[in-house]
Amino acid sequence: MLKYIFKRILMLIPVLIGVSIIVFLIMRVFSPDPAPIVLGQHATQEAVEVWRQANGLNDPIYLQYFHYITGALTGDLGTSYYTKMPVTKEIFARFPATIELALVAIMLASFFGILIGVISAVKKNSIFDNAGMFIALIGVSMPIFWLGILLIIFFSGTLHWLPSSGRIDPLLQPLDITGFYLIDSLMTNNMDGFKDAFRHLVLPASALAMYSMAIIARMTRSSMLETLQQDFIRTARAKGISEGRVIIRHALRNGLIPIVTVIGLQLGSLLGGAVLTETVFSWPGIGAYTVACILKSDFPVVQGVVLLIASIFVLVNLIVDVFYAFLDPRIKYSKKEV
Amino acid sequence: MLLEVKNLRTEFKLKRGTVRAVDDVSFTIDKGEILAIVGESGSGKSVTSLSLMGLIQKPGGVAGGEILFKSQDLTKLSQKELQEIRGNKISMIFQEPMTSLNPVWRIKDQIMENIMTHMKMSKKEALARTVEMLDTVGIPSPAERANDYPHQMSGGMRQRVMTAMALSCEPDLLIADEPTTALDVTIQAQILELLYQMREKFNMAVLLITHDLGVVYEAADRVIVMYCGKIVEEADVKTLFEHPQHPYTVGLLQSIPQIDNESDEHLFMIKGMVPNPLHMPPGCSFSDRCDRCMERCTKEMPELQEINGHKVRCFLYDKAEEGELSAK
Repeated sequence: MLKYIFKRILMLIPVLIGVSIIVFLIMRVFSPDPAPIVLGQHATQEAVEVWRQANGLNDPIYLQYFHYITGALTGDLGTSYYTKMPVTKEIFARFPATIELALVAIMLASFFGILIGVISAVKKNSIFDNAGMFIALIGVSMPIFWLGILLIIFFSGTLHWLPSSGRIDPLLQPLDITGFYLIDSLMTNNMDGFKDAFRHLVLPASALAMYSMAIIARMTRSSMLETLQQDFIRTARAKGISEGRVIIRHALRNGLIPIVTVIGLQLGSLLGGAVLTETVFSWPGIGAYTVACILKSDFPVVQGVVLLIASIFVLVNLIVDVFYAFLDPRIKYSKKEV
Repeated sequence: MLLEVKNLRTEFKLKRGTVRAVDDVSFTIDKGEILAIVGESGSGKSVTSLSLMGLIQKPGGVAGGEILFKSQDLTKLSQKELQEIRGNKISMIFQEPMTSLNPVWRIKDQIMENIMTHMKMSKKEALARTVEMLDTVGIPSPAERANDYPHQMSGGMRQRVMTAMALSCEPDLLIADEPTTALDVTIQAQILELLYQMREKFNMAVLLITHDLGVVYEAADRVIVMYCGKIVEEADVKTLFEHPQHPYTVGLLQSIPQIDNESDEHLFMIKGMVPNPLHMPPGCSFSDRCDRCMERCTKEMPELQEINGHKVRCFLYDKAEEGELSAK
């Protein structure tokens, strides 16, 4: 198992090299020249040339990439053209917000998705099934920004229950320890901060969770429908155990693999930054920031973020794969199979 | 009398119509007896056994009749009350040992689940009982094998595990639904032998569902032959094999290959196919396949009549003829 994990991590290297080359080229081919954007429309030609020279943009492209990748290997992802701050700092200032939002959203999505999926499968073709799948249909088809705006209008505007934007009331902001406000506020015993951070999370996390929940619910339903037909379910019923136990401990436990796969993929993409959600709720995460940087041709930032997100995506998938072996004893990552 | 089934009817309500999979079936099983139900696929034998367990899934259900187990009517019990009987007083082993065990659980956990559901035992006691049961059904080094997952065992071993699980609460009745069908012939014999031993050891009754007449001959005390959801013949095993009455039973027995038959004759086959359950022939359901079909057979369904403990559903044997059953 350890060997398998190690091999999979080694396989990360070619993936990341590939990703870095592609994003590097895309930025340089398709993005406008950053110099006029940084220096302003009225900058002189000389100033533009000086700036390009200083930022290495006049070098041949392979040399630019070489400088970039050697820097990246030492943990130096360059500096932002605008803030002049190291890219790593820029990323880590925003990434915890994204992770916090994504984790809460995926927990919501998994819980309600599996719940709806299981009920739909067990009560197949009933009113519960139809209602559940109707919710799922809405979930996959409703644009997230629209759902976000509706949530804000209703819960924030009409009812005044929840804040509509930001992560926390600045007055209650906890000490920055991990960057996760829920954790930091608990660690510093700042209960008001915790409550406020939580209240800020509810709407964006719900909006973000809706799509994933719908996907998870559908997958759970189809996986459960298949598992419930299996012979061992009949055996379990013949043992005289309760139907709830048959469904959870026998059917769901066996149907989990495709569900976990979907949850992993969803988490991977949520961690990539939920651009629309972050924009609608003014969530200071990585997604909205990256989009702004793409529009401003801030090459180093975009490259750094994409590289990080790609790594996380691959790692989440690795974790899912490793998790399979715990879910199903028939899956063994032995030497032969790798 | 351990089990008395009276006029059991099980129906499946499909969009295209209602299928009566078990139609007016009555039989009894005594303590310690092995009763075999024989029939082709679709004859209703498996549905009968699942009806006894209360395990018929929607859109099916028991539509009528009584299932008296120790004088208690199982059809009147709630699912919760049935759960107390299932796996405890009546347990079941299935046809497909490869797929009937939960693939993600260790076998000890699956057996312990059965034990701890019905017996007040600590985990430790339940584990000890599990190992003891695995030993009883002939699993070598049971304490180690208890930690195996089903995929680490062979088909015969898995059927032994299933048997151990089914017997773990010492049931009064074991329903074995084609327990040997998916196994090699040598393993089949072992499993039958095991059922026989277990019957002796626990003094339990066995309802053996099979389509294999060889298995019936070896194992059963009494035999019921089913066709299209109805009992067509019932007798003790010796009588049935020596003096089969119903043309269907006669056909079944003639279709068994005889190894010592040196003639070049083709193997006997019953002509035609089992009728579509949605379009049963009027009259006797076997009439369109029967070599001795009479005009009356195509119009009305014969009653199951009993003469000297031998029951048969056929107009060839009319009660009018007293005493011995004899072909006209």
